[in-house]
Amino acid sequence: MRDHLTISVNGKAVSVPPGTILAAAVAQAGVSPFRTSVCGEPRGPLCGMGVCFECCVTINGKAYSRSCLTLCEEGMEVRTNG
Amino acid sequence: MANQRLQSDVVVVGAGPAGIAAACMAAENGRKVSVVDNSPWLGGQIWRGATAHSAHGLAGHWIDRLKKSGVSVMSNATAFAAPSSHVLLAETPDGVLELSWKKLILATGARERFLPFPGWTLPGVMGPGGLYAMVKSGWPIARKRVVVAGSGPLLLAAADGLKQAGASVGLLAEQADWGQVLRFGMGLWRYPGKLLQGAGMKARLLGVPYRCGRWPVKVEGTARVERVTLTDGSRSWTEDCDYLACGFHLVPNVELPCLLGCAIANGFVRVSEFHLTSVPEVFCAGEPTGIGGADSALVEGQVAGLAAAEAWDRARSFFSRRAAWQRFQASLHQAFALRPELRQLAAPDTFVCRCEDVRLADLKRCDSLRSARLHTRCGMGSCQGRTCGPAVQFLFGWEEDSVRPPLFPVRLASLTDVSSPLDKHRLETDKSSRT
Repeated sequence: MRDHLTISVNGKAVSVPPGTILAAAVAQAGVSPFRTSVCGEPRGPLCGMGVCFECCVTINGKAYSRSCLTLCEEGMEVRTNG
Repeated sequence: MANQRLQSDVVVVGAGPAGIAAACMAAENGRKVSVVDNSPWLGGQIWRGATAHSAHGLAGHWIDRLKKSGVSVMSNATAFAAPSSHVLLAETPDGVLELSWKKLILATGARERFLPFPGWTLPGVMGPGGLYAMVKSGWPIARKRVVVAGSGPLLLAAADGLKQAGASVGLLAEQADWGQVLRFGMGLWRYPGKLLQGAGMKARLLGVPYRCGRWPVKVEGTARVERVTLTDGSRSWTEDCDYLACGFHLVPNVELPCLLGCAIANGFVRVSEFHLTSVPEVFCAGEPTGIGGADSALVEGQVAGLAAAEAWDRARSFFSRRAAWQRFQASLHQAFALRPELRQLAAPDTFVCRCEDVRLADLKRCDSLRSARLHTRCGMGSCQGRTCGPAVQFLFGWEEDSVRPPLFPVRLASLTDVSSPLDKHRLETDKSSRT
């Protein structure tokens, strides 16, 4: 097993160890907010366990994916909706 | 999208301590068992990050035991509907799982309770358990200033974990009064391991002030948390921080039990001594039957798993231990009861429903959850009221009166692929209750 994998967050490359959750990689990339609310407010993860949907991002083109329940995979392309 | 059908004697929903213990017991007693869990890992939230080889002895033991038991484990599978009486649907990244079962064990766990106050929607305000869970999976926390606030023993565990991960925890503010917490702490000698666990945490937390009777009133920052104002009821002060880890104890995940028609009493799933719910052949164990933590859930899971496998005598052998944990659940509930002042924290323009951005002032014009849904869309966003539901229950006393499938947002393909209407079971139940 390789000791690091690389994903792209809003076009920026981030290198993380396997087992890193996607939300954590987005935070490591220094990207905030994760999404913008219906009134235009910045939002980030709240519950960290798949309940609140505040960490939703677009993963490989699939919109509205919970980044707190997704493990990073090599080459993943992630867009925040901030 | 592919539909996969799977027949099992016993289906377990949730792979936390209760679900793992239940699955092991049923499988070891000759049943064909499947477990579904919505996360990519085993162990639920409490054992997240633990593997069979890690230092966490109990988690390692049980996860290892599950792997050896021949149970089929379906991770990344979110149960979202129960279209007929012995079928459960779960969405996976590849399609839909149609699980048919003879016995069903619900071990859906709990989530943190969040209460609205000005600024609580800013990035950087997170649940203590949630933040700690994310830190275990790589969230960068080293050298960050964290204030931990809210209520419950989870605050201590989270503060301990965050500190060990390199965070600078400036304050741990528990809303319950010192006397209440002290009485709870004094009673811990009755429960094996709890006192040692507490003492270990206390030793490691040395240098972090643990203050009771304190709670947050306001968070400020431009794009994320920069500072939090706290109060003890008479005096207020401000702490600079990068994170506010704030949650008010736990609430049980009862959406799936409700969908299946299980009777609820005082917010928890009502179960028999064998953990059978009011619905035949449906069992429930762990936090949905009473908040008690991992040790309590393990005992309940074993009872439910043995009962589902009809190993009644072995199930009975756990009854005295289970009774002890039920007393523990009651004392937790009492010690960390929420103070009424917390109902006054939100300002008229504070968002209560984060998905639909519904403000407190909008809700004050409503008189029930149903009217709030109709008039403001409160609770109708993607979390389906899981976050604001417990808050409005506390603020206004509004109870959830309608749980409908799909229980989570799912892909359209997941709805079109299934052979029967999602609501068939419910329609039949409604029809029979009307006649």
